[in-house]
Amino acid sequence: MLDMEIDTGDTAWVLVSAALVLLMTPGLALFYGGMVRSKSVLNMMLMSFASLGVIGVLWVLFGYSMTFGSSVGNARIVGNPLEYLGLEGLMSPDAVAGTVPALAFVSFQAVFAIIAVALISGAIADRAKFGTWIVFTVVWATLVYFPVAHWVFAFDATDDAGAVTTYGGWIANSVQALDFAGGTAIHINAGAAALALALVVGKRIGFAKEPMRPHNLPLVMLGAGLLWFGWFGFNAGSALGANTLASVAFVNTIVATSAAILGWLLLERLRDGHPTSLGAASGVVAGLVAITPAANSVSPVGALVIGLVAGVACAAAVGLKYRFGYDDSLDVVGVHLVGGLVGTLLIGFLAHPQSPAEVAGLFYGGGFDQLGRQAIGAFAVLVYSFVVTLLIALLLKAVMGWRVPAEAESDGIDGDQHAESGYDLHPLRGGSGMIATATAAGSTRATSAEAAPTKSEELA
Amino acid sequence: MKLITAIIKPHQLESVRDALERFGISGMTVSEASGYGRQRGHSEVYRGAEYTVDFIPKIRLEVLVDEPDAANVINLIVQQARTGRIGDGKVWAVPVDEVVRVRTGDRGPEAL
Repeated sequence: MLDMEIDTGDTAWVLVSAALVLLMTPGLALFYGGMVRSKSVLNMMLMSFASLGVIGVLWVLFGYSMTFGSSVGNARIVGNPLEYLGLEGLMSPDAVAGTVPALAFVSFQAVFAIIAVALISGAIADRAKFGTWIVFTVVWATLVYFPVAHWVFAFDATDDAGAVTTYGGWIANSVQALDFAGGTAIHINAGAAALALALVVGKRIGFAKEPMRPHNLPLVMLGAGLLWFGWFGFNAGSALGANTLASVAFVNTIVATSAAILGWLLLERLRDGHPTSLGAASGVVAGLVAITPAANSVSPVGALVIGLVAGVACAAAVGLKYRFGYDDSLDVVGVHLVGGLVGTLLIGFLAHPQSPAEVAGLFYGGGFDQLGRQAIGAFAVLVYSFVVTLLIALLLKAVMGWRVPAEAESDGIDGDQHAESGYDLHPLRGGSGMIATATAAGSTRATSAEAAPTKSEELA
Repeated sequence: MKLITAIIKPHQLESVRDALERFGISGMTVSEASGYGRQRGHSEVYRGAEYTVDFIPKIRLEVLVDEPDAANVINLIVQQARTGRIGDGKVWAVPVDEVVRVRTGDRGPEAL
């Protein structure tokens, strides 16, 4: 923690940004929820809400400390979980991160961790035991997200003489890959984890044979809108101040996303014949993912190129699961892994020397230097996340099991795991359910029902 | 008495209902149905994955009529439901033994 003056404008923006990013996770729940069949909408949305519960608690207990505590043994691998255990010491007015109170920074980063975990759930729609998912979120955040976020987001703190006083992560400080708001730490990370998880959990019954149409596309579009809105906090908020840097990230977050919508729709029109609403909503997310690492290092025109490439690349990549036969149900790999790679690697080409990052990419005479750094950062996170997630998922498969019974999956996981239905579209079913509950509770209603004549008495 | 059942295109319901009302039919039941005949289904594409949708949304209209009205009612429905394009539906009639109005206990044609 540098000893700096707190700026009220910066603090206000970071706190508002944290709230914006928090809204992304319920937005993601809508985006994902609309894409599954109606019989499993609640389970889908609940997986995101589970992350809101679990990760919010872990972050305060030891997650923040593992991510932003000083590196254990100065090794740049993981922060010291004991340094800020339970956010110890951070309520002091002297606890400052940059120009904002440490707890404003803690809040902002908490909501990043929450959505990183929630993103993965799209890979295992309709079929995973809720309890196993909860345990997975705890283990994955601890072994994968917190360390990787430390690698990417924890910068060294130095004293006036320039000597390192607090050691951060290796990708940020040794490799110096540019990742402004989490193209590697969040999107490549979650995308690679999603691939590993989809492989271990296995395909849904009827995958690629039965129609699995999205049951509510307006919900998907509402979710995409909320994600975009919240993403201004994600990217512009990552400036950690109300300043030019935030404004550059903000405009890049507009133009890349707009271009990605066009890219996705164009590919659909040429390949499938129709531009679709699901394509537009998916294009929004693809563009947002791709501009996330690059929001501070490219010009608005560079952002436009990144968005367009991401829209086309992700629209092409979502078909891969049918070719290779893995059931990444809602295309976390096709959108987040591919989009994250597009954005992270294109920085190597498009980084603009006059951008706030002040780095020149290949197209601006910077040579291959930055591209190499970007590639190392991207692939290190990809490989680590994939391998460790694979091990976690296999362990949980052996200990708890991932799949609900086949019959429960066919009938709809909502009833089996949560004893709820997303929609009351069949009033008759709802009615008989109420009476059964009343009988079980021994209410007066059940007693009066017993007193009524039975069918045979009436006939007699 | 006859039970006339018609499977029609959803958009034709309003003109069918209008015509039957003008004819003097005072009640009917409609439900949403899905099915296919010669029309078959259509295809939809989601994120590049193409699905064939076999069952197409239709309206099932049921109306109880007195025997002498049956032929006229069938003709009215056919006239109003026809667009001339494939998928216009079907109309059929079956005899009905008993009809009771629940509120009053009226039976037979009185209950219609």
